[in-house]
Amino acid sequence: MASAAAHSDKNYLNESSGLWSWLTTLDHKRIGIMYFIAVMFFFLLGGVMALLLRLELYSPGQTIMTADQYNQVMTYHGAIMVFMVIIPGIPAILGNFFLPLHIGAKDVAFPRLNLFSWYCLMAGALLAFSTLFTHKIDTGWTFYTPYSIKTGTSVVTMVIAAFIMGMSSILTGLNFIATVHKLRAPGMTMYRIPLFVWALYSTAILQVLATPVLGITLLLLSVERAFGVGIFDPALGGDPILFQHFFWFYSHPAVYIMILPAMGVVSELITAFSRKVIFGYTAIAYSSLGIAGVSFFVWGHHMFVSGQSTTAGVVFSFLTMLVGVPTAIKMFNWLATMYKGSVLMRSPMLYALGFLFLFAIGGVTGIMLAVVAVDVHFHDTYFVVAHFHYVMVGGTLMAIMGGFYYWFPKMFGKMYSESLARLSFVFIFIGFNVTFFPQFVLGAMGMPRRYFDYIPAYHSLNAISTVGSWLIAIGFLISLYVIVKGLISGEKAPANPWGAKTLEWTVPSPPPHHNFDVEPVITAGPYEYR
Amino acid sequence: MMWFNYAQAQSFMPTEGTKIASQVDNLYGFLLAASFISCVIVIGGMIFFVWKYRRRTETDKTAYITHNTFLEFLWSFIPLVIFLAVFAWGWNIYHDMRTMPKDALEVQVTGKQWAWEFEYKSGVKTGNLLVVPVNKDVKLIMTSKDVLHSFYIPSFRIKQDVIPGMYTSLWFNADKLGEFHVFCAEFCGTQHSGMLATVKVVTQAEYEAWLIEESQVGMLPLAQRGQKLFQAKACASCHSVADASAKVGPSLWQKFGTKELTEEGEFAIDENFVRESILSPNAKTTKGFPKGVMPTFQGQLNETELSALIEYIKTLK
Repeated sequence: MASAAAHSDKNYLNESSGLWSWLTTLDHKRIGIMYFIAVMFFFLLGGVMALLLRLELYSPGQTIMTADQYNQVMTYHGAIMVFMVIIPGIPAILGNFFLPLHIGAKDVAFPRLNLFSWYCLMAGALLAFSTLFTHKIDTGWTFYTPYSIKTGTSVVTMVIAAFIMGMSSILTGLNFIATVHKLRAPGMTMYRIPLFVWALYSTAILQVLATPVLGITLLLLSVERAFGVGIFDPALGGDPILFQHFFWFYSHPAVYIMILPAMGVVSELITAFSRKVIFGYTAIAYSSLGIAGVSFFVWGHHMFVSGQSTTAGVVFSFLTMLVGVPTAIKMFNWLATMYKGSVLMRSPMLYALGFLFLFAIGGVTGIMLAVVAVDVHFHDTYFVVAHFHYVMVGGTLMAIMGGFYYWFPKMFGKMYSESLARLSFVFIFIGFNVTFFPQFVLGAMGMPRRYFDYIPAYHSLNAISTVGSWLIAIGFLISLYVIVKGLISGEKAPANPWGAKTLEWTVPSPPPHHNFDVEPVITAGPYEYR
Repeated sequence: MMWFNYAQAQSFMPTEGTKIASQVDNLYGFLLAASFISCVIVIGGMIFFVWKYRRRTETDKTAYITHNTFLEFLWSFIPLVIFLAVFAWGWNIYHDMRTMPKDALEVQVTGKQWAWEFEYKSGVKTGNLLVVPVNKDVKLIMTSKDVLHSFYIPSFRIKQDVIPGMYTSLWFNADKLGEFHVFCAEFCGTQHSGMLATVKVVTQAEYEAWLIEESQVGMLPLAQRGQKLFQAKACASCHSVADASAKVGPSLWQKFGTKELTEEGEFAIDENFVRESILSPNAKTTKGFPKGVMPTFQGQLNETELSALIEYIKTLK
């Protein structure tokens, strides 16, 4: 016990100091924190852009920016939020920090590769931001040809940036797969790993298998622009729809790269705050893998009106329905987990419940969009914008926030202000619905997306949506305050403030450099609340 | 079927201009009702459990329920059945949407940045205005001159991307008289949200009279023919004619006979200047407007048409 006491004042944060010790660290926890700082900065940038877009759309006609500026801000908002916030978000921050802790390992399998992934993301991000100072791109984050070939902006720089960030994503995935297979502690069988790890594992498979396709596609686009080889450019005999097939072959699985980790976080939150064993561990674990598998065969539902064949449309509609089933299974399992539990409404749980609420709406509207005849009307309208924000923001961002508040005491060894964290949730949750629910209606009324201007009939709903965006902004500012205040003057956190059962709560907060002083031996599942 | 109509009334969908539109709305109404019920079950269940099983003491004992095969089967199987049912329903309507009618009135549609051009079999051409007879199958054969566009008529619940280098098609049979919006639904650059057109559904007699009137454009005085061409080529999408406000390009109001400051120097706006601006727009570009935005009309206008446009621009006072 004497040696344990001597250890307790040393942790991964104060083990060494100075900026250089962070920039060269191989500690998965420190790399997780570095991802957190970077992603928070990107989120702030993308968020400010979202506010500007909503402000422009407050009323019809030109409000605060020109049409070209709108198209640029719209493009950067999408590209930043997708490639720099939501894709790296949960795996790179929370995954990096907690995957090794969850399976009883000292670190990830390839610590140097892990650090290299962070630098890849930074290099890609810097390159992407460099276009802000040259020719700002205006293609939308989807880079559809032939517009992306013709527009006189820095498309090549931007797609190379996305390529490099994709590299970061692939390497992280590779690292996690190896870690899950090789570094589990004695007794930690695949059926004893927390569901967060299952989710990260399924995500990693997608990252490794799908992201290279994006890389190839973006390289082809660069080659097309630089040398005019005629792959995608119809003027040279190319096929612009081919680009869409390639693009969505990655970008549909990417949607699950974004949401699967969020589902993993929610499984952790609901068990911890219900103090109850997860209902249907195997079903949730396998539904993650099932979603990952099916997600490779549904890309065509982004292209129902693109000019792909009618038969393809029908087949993709059918396959998309199959993704709905494992998703529904998860929803019901989370509900059943709360049944006869002991539910405590702390802020992380509020975010988890917010996730269930918003994801339910995102899910059913997803089914509407999967019905091919209905999608023909909704395609490329605000209905789609509302749907994917309900899934990506309502889902993934809620889970990031919930997960962050859940693990904050573990990461920094401090507690935060619970009442302010709840207040932040109230603003974000209400603001989110005020912003995006009217967009479903706008879409049903026929307002297309990526519109700088709109007919007067769409005015009032757009104005409501803009007001909602301010509420979300207030919510996130409160959260920022909660985090900063918690870091500066938070009370010292105990090792296990929530009474949760997974392994990371058995080590001190913050954890020591090597995670576990004694290698843990696992004899039971992750949610043994008896 | 009361709830069914209720769902529709609450759906905020635009006017149903075709039979297909009401079929789509029926399916949408069903989806809306089913979604509402599912959300009530899931969200209501969640709220109920959170309240019913709220933590009372720090030492609460919870039930140890790991799974229930029968329940899990139910909540996999029931959603699957519903999903497959709506899939089949959607397929059925989509089949009708995509089966082109025989003996339809065919109209060629060309999308370009940022206007729609329509060409009828008789040779009549219009810009941003599609006139069709009521209760008649109309087939649109569509292509694009530059980038992707998407032809979208919300009231008819139809949409199809328009692609350079190939034809795509749409059909509809409008059963309501009136004017309906056409939007471009695929991002196409600066004026994407301004790439609007109107579908005007008229009676067969009105349609025929309109066609004849349009085809007699050749008999009109030069300036009036120029005005028609100006509309048909959708020049007004980028150039204002009634005041000095700049759109994508400079205003043409009160310009003829004045001097224009261009990137290349100052020039008098005469017949030759206008001609060059139409045929080689990048030769001289008005200061303050980017090069390469205006497309060339070389090969698309004959000599008479050019003169007509010039005459029309002279009248803009």
